[in-house]
Amino acid sequence: MASLKDLRARISSVKSTRKITSAMKMVAASRLRRAQEAAEAARPYAQRMERMLSNLAASVAGQAGAPPLLAGTGADKVHLLVVMTANRGLCGGFNSSIVRAARHRVLELRAQGKTVKLLCVGRKGRDVLKREFADDIIGTFEEQGSKGITYTEADRVAQDILRRFEAGEFDTCTLVYNRFRSAISQIVTLQQVVPFLPSPAGNDNQGAHGGHEAEAHALYEYEPSEEAILADLLPKCVGIQVYRGLLENYASEQGARMTAMDNATRNAGEMIKKLTLTYNRTRQAQITKELIEIISGAEAL
Amino acid sequence: MAATTEFELVSPGRLLLSEPVEMVVVPGTDGDFGALPQHAPMLSTVRPGVINIYKGGRVARRLFVAGGFAEVTQERCTVLADEAIDLAEITPAEVQQRLQAADDQVKEARNPEEKAAADRARGLAQALAEAASAAAHAHA
Repeated sequence: MASLKDLRARISSVKSTRKITSAMKMVAASRLRRAQEAAEAARPYAQRMERMLSNLAASVAGQAGAPPLLAGTGADKVHLLVVMTANRGLCGGFNSSIVRAARHRVLELRAQGKTVKLLCVGRKGRDVLKREFADDIIGTFEEQGSKGITYTEADRVAQDILRRFEAGEFDTCTLVYNRFRSAISQIVTLQQVVPFLPSPAGNDNQGAHGGHEAEAHALYEYEPSEEAILADLLPKCVGIQVYRGLLENYASEQGARMTAMDNATRNAGEMIKKLTLTYNRTRQAQITKELIEIISGAEAL
Repeated sequence: MAATTEFELVSPGRLLLSEPVEMVVVPGTDGDFGALPQHAPMLSTVRPGVINIYKGGRVARRLFVAGGFAEVTQERCTVLADEAIDLAEITPAEVQQRLQAADDQVKEARNPEEKAAADRARGLAQALAEAASAAAHAHA
């Protein structure tokens, strides 16, 4: 049995761990609130843009000379996965579930005989994916401001994606990120951004706009021209999708961390309780032992 | 009350405005256009400029937008702005600050990409300054 001194040291170390985890939980909770607001605030823009683009896409569909961002390159050979993870750990299964989904997808696509390239956003994902797919990672983005996600940052990722697309480096681009549902539930989402597809993620919150469906087939006039608008709108849309992915991901990360740290705090509490019990028992046993020794010593005289 | 059309102004950060209006005048790339109820459906790109919102026959609000897209349907007008600023809320000092920041950016630009971005920022700041001073005159 551990000595009293060891037990005391153990208890105090668990106590300080508990302090850290509960502080981290608090920080995550306050960041979560902000991140969640930001993610929700960005939804209307993304939804309306998607609606606009769907209308446009419907009217351009089937025409020759549609921009490749919309119609695709005609090939389906090279896939680019943009894997969004956190820069830091200690957030439960958050990073590993994204990585698992990404890995699964890579293997699936490979089995279909396709080439896969990876673009990592966030340090954690890169670290893990590097072990297995080091040769397929074509780029990494790590910087993530302490103030959360800015559009500029998303734009940098988007510009990189677009540049690679124009250079013909890939045919299809999919974002892998965690969609925020609640602090305890995040859903790994794969969303194709190139060529453009209306995302399933955008459709949950469109109840309010359901009534406008009939409009979708209205004939639009275009100023300056269909092509000019599309040429502007499509790259912007990629930027918005990335931005939205990052925001959702950031909110999810904070949620996951909050839950993980809450659990850790609770576990530490339980551990302290158990250790204190053992400590007290050991102490009692020692006192009893000493008493017995004294008494039997006295009796022997 | 006159017929109204549903006007929405959204920027990537948030939904700025969603309310019924009598008319909005949007600075399209090919010229300003007014959106009234029952306007024919159209899509347009938006240049940096001022959106005027009409209520009760007068301009009720002016908002500066830094470019974007507009979608008009018979019952709705949606503007997706890259950035939107209410001209009633911005002070001349803030406008100056922005101009200054843009100028600095132009000076510090090293490669062609940075230069292009800086020039864009500067053009925007100038457009904003013009819009703000025009709005100030209109109020005076």
